[in-house]
Amino acid sequence: MLPNFAYSRPRKLTDAVAHLADAKNGRVHAGGTDLIGCLRDGIFKADTLVSISGLTDLHGIEETGDGGLRIGALATITQVADHPLVKERYAGLAQGASEVASPQLRNQGTIGGNLCQKPRCWYYRGEFHCLRKGGGACFAAEGDNTFHCLFGSDDVCHITHPSDTAPNLAALNATVHITGPEGKRTVAADAFHMPPSVDVQAETVLRPGEIVTAVTLPPPPKGLRSSYRKVRARRSWDFALAGVALALQFDGDTVRNGRVFLSGAAPVPWRSQPVEKAIIGKKLDDATIKKAAKASVEGAMPLAKNGYKIGLFQGAVAEELTKIAAG
Amino acid sequence: MKHDPKASHCQCGGKISRRGFITALGVGAAGVAASGAMTARTATAKETPMIPSGETARIDLTVNDRTHTLLVEPRWTLLHVLRESLGMTGTKAGCERGECGACTVLIDDIPRYACLTLAVEAQGRRIVTLEGLMEGEKLGPVQEAFLEEDAFQCGYCTPGQIVAAEGLLRADPNPSSETITRAMSGNLCRCGTYPHIHNAIQSAAGKRR
Repeated sequence: MLPNFAYSRPRKLTDAVAHLADAKNGRVHAGGTDLIGCLRDGIFKADTLVSISGLTDLHGIEETGDGGLRIGALATITQVADHPLVKERYAGLAQGASEVASPQLRNQGTIGGNLCQKPRCWYYRGEFHCLRKGGGACFAAEGDNTFHCLFGSDDVCHITHPSDTAPNLAALNATVHITGPEGKRTVAADAFHMPPSVDVQAETVLRPGEIVTAVTLPPPPKGLRSSYRKVRARRSWDFALAGVALALQFDGDTVRNGRVFLSGAAPVPWRSQPVEKAIIGKKLDDATIKKAAKASVEGAMPLAKNGYKIGLFQGAVAEELTKIAAG
Repeated sequence: MKHDPKASHCQCGGKISRRGFITALGVGAAGVAASGAMTARTATAKETPMIPSGETARIDLTVNDRTHTLLVEPRWTLLHVLRESLGMTGTKAGCERGECGACTVLIDDIPRYACLTLAVEAQGRRIVTLEGLMEGEKLGPVQEAFLEEDAFQCGYCTPGQIVAAEGLLRADPNPSSETITRAMSGNLCRCGTYPHIHNAIQSAAGKRR
């Protein structure tokens, strides 16, 4: 049985924001796949759930006036993965969405929820009062850190961000749309997640009472090819051990511009500027790919048990660049 | 348990009005608004009230084409309500954390986990459970195929497997082998009957044609 909470399912966004503002410890319920599990396990407490599932404006995926795409926060992961325009123009995002969790979870989980999900670190999810839960230490630093990060811990918290859609949205220059007590604002997808050195108890830059309402993608630039590679221990239901999201603009065989984000690498979707530097302005021949693969782990700080990720990232980056070069 | 789910009377102690129940809940609220009976905006800042913690709310749940009016706490999952309030024990409680698939039900024809779905979130939707796949006293085609292909051993995961397979075949009546593998990847079988399950789904696709 879940702990008790007050519950409301408003029909208006303003109502949802007002309810959240009134709650002492309110949480947004979208698909519920992560939230219900967290409440059952007592990962955090919530005195109030404000369900946004009845907000029809937050559903749907449609083309925007400028030729981009608006994905309502409540679009399910399955809807994102299967949408013809996502598949045609933002293949990396479709690929990332299709690799999330299991079919049932994709049918229920939302894109907004996928961005806002809680970490999967087993200390965080277990009975450890870690830094992220307001405690005094990161237990992964000296503990079993098999699935923890190579980059970006800032020696504070060693989670990897669990989302497969976030690195693709960041690579594709998406924008996150937010509504809160102070009105609307937007945040670039690559700035939406919170580095542990800034606030170890927050995963996103959302302020209290704020709700993600949509994600928008700019029109695909000329020559855009995007893709996502997820490496994991099982073919389903698993989080990325290592992953790479590519959004590259080609001019013939040459990479004119591009953004590269790693998953399973850091507490936030991790931009790999060394890889970008290694490939921009180049043809993706064997030598360039080899250099880029090596660059993907430049500056990595492996922990006692996750050194295997170095090879995984190098291999994944090399394979994915080879694939994308072939078109 | 604090509340008897089968109670025929409201246990909210008068803390929420009947109107509160109706407006608090999605479909009811939409229906009432459409009828024009309560479209006048109340003076409060919020149109949809909060169901207080620990209180029950009256909901309509449509399961296997039958609509049940029930008192539920917001924290009760659909799995809990199906089994404990409605006595429909075909839907199994496994991990209760979205990791095994034993509780798979169809919601508007789409497979989802009942253990991660609050009952209050399922109102206004069409829920189909294993029981709903029967054709009277006869097994439905997917059930029959599972029996014929010996697609279970202990049987505990089987209801979830069958409902997930039914969801797949409703969306794709002629699934490829790869599609079957992918669509069934949200259901675990600890006995390891996966090849038989795979065969059963191919056979069921034929039966449904």
